[in-house]
Amino acid sequence: MDAISVEGLTKRYGDVLAVDGIGFHAAPGQTLGLLGGNGAGKTTTIAMLLGLLIPTAGRICILGHDMARDRFAALARMNFSSPYIALPSRLSVAENLRVYGHLYGVKRLEARIRELALELDLNGFLDRPAGNLSAGQKTRVTLAKALINRPDVLLLDEPTASLDPDAGDMVRSWLERYRAESGCTILLASHNMGEVERLCDAVLMLKQGRIVDQGSPAALLDRYGRGDLEQVFLDIARNRTVAA
Amino acid sequence: MSLRRIWGLMYRHLALYRRSWPRLLELMYWPVLQMCIWGFTASFLAGSASGPALAGSALLGGVLLWEVALRSQMGVAVSFLEELWSRNLGHVFVSPIRPWEMLAALVGISFLRMITGVVPAILLAFLLYAFNLFALGPVVVLFFANLMVMGWWVALGVVSLILRHGAGAEALAWSVLFGLTPFSAVFYPVSVLPAALQPVALALPSAHVFEGMRAALHGVVLWDQLAWAVGLNAVWMCAGLLLFAGQFRQARLSGALLNIGE
Repeated sequence: MDAISVEGLTKRYGDVLAVDGIGFHAAPGQTLGLLGGNGAGKTTTIAMLLGLLIPTAGRICILGHDMARDRFAALARMNFSSPYIALPSRLSVAENLRVYGHLYGVKRLEARIRELALELDLNGFLDRPAGNLSAGQKTRVTLAKALINRPDVLLLDEPTASLDPDAGDMVRSWLERYRAESGCTILLASHNMGEVERLCDAVLMLKQGRIVDQGSPAALLDRYGRGDLEQVFLDIARNRTVAA
Repeated sequence: MSLRRIWGLMYRHLALYRRSWPRLLELMYWPVLQMCIWGFTASFLAGSASGPALAGSALLGGVLLWEVALRSQMGVAVSFLEELWSRNLGHVFVSPIRPWEMLAALVGISFLRMITGVVPAILLAFLLYAFNLFALGPVVVLFFANLMVMGWWVALGVVSLILRHGAGAEALAWSVLFGLTPFSAVFYPVSVLPAALQPVALALPSAHVFEGMRAALHGVVLWDQLAWAVGLNAVWMCAGLLLFAGQFRQARLSGALLNIGE
């Protein structure tokens, strides 16, 4: 059974077709990249996968649960991280993790918080208000929140945006290790092509709400005759044809 | 319905108050201030030659009970706004918490906020003006309950409008119930209102509660007024829940949950 199964997914806002009948699958333990320029439909797709947005048409099945009928069963086994959605800034890091631990029904919550604090190096600021942290610290806290329930499916929206190269590398290494240990399925939307190349088993290239190409990073590089995914991204964004 | 998820969201708000005494003080500030202003006015009326003694009690009882409705409504609406201001709604709505559990948590917080705000005002009324709200008898609990419920369904309407119009509707969180004060017969009987406005007042549970309160000051319990208040609250609460459910679904259709904080 696929961890994520999407068929004919469409979202229309009036005359604007934000997502146009896309379909894809992610196997358990796979990391799937979602690439595309601004307005390509990445955020809309993620919002529909999370149940924040009702699709105009199509079907989403996550961990065997139909998101239209049974989204809460799936949401309990999923989680999400984005630097664009904040955590309450006046609550301390530990309090924030406690809130989400309760919302996700985490057993032995205090032990889980200690575990995450150790793994993501949060101990130095566990009692500080989340609003007083640096961008790198905030990203680690958001990641800790996303992992509080040991999700089987993790959706990451630009997890390393606004991080310096060192902090970004640390997060990527941690994600690699976490996936290897947990077997978690990850859907990663990113503008960082190096990150996608490093973390993803397969990539979906989105443009104007449609999947215009897909495959493993290596297969895409081969198909476009390019040395890195950034060039492939530009080829697609600028309508350059695939190299013969 | 999961009590743990409800507690999770309540804990988020309680943690805010635990680390901020100005927030806690703010909860008591307006009820206590109102009590002082109207308490002195009531003392003046009671002491004047033409002021009947019960008028002062009616005034104080009205002020205290109306605060129950006001604080209950603001407790729900402002707690929802706290989520919106902290741009945290995205994380909340992608967690397994059901919308009804979120509402239950907001109602729980609202109850605690109301108690924190109103109890000091009740104590002050007793200490400064020798006015004991509970001398009205056990029926005062029913007055409390009805006004709390009224505050909650009004807040559901406000939250629904915020879901539809975003932060642009946030001023309603503070102002909407003040708009209902003239029709709620807090300080005067419904019969004082122009005939055309009396049906409006009688459609509100609060008008029946305050008619009941004034009768209770004379030692009479008007059960029919209480029955009206309960019935109207049930109807309005159903309407509020339907409105919320509709607006929540609409927000999921329109994508409003993605940028509601903006």
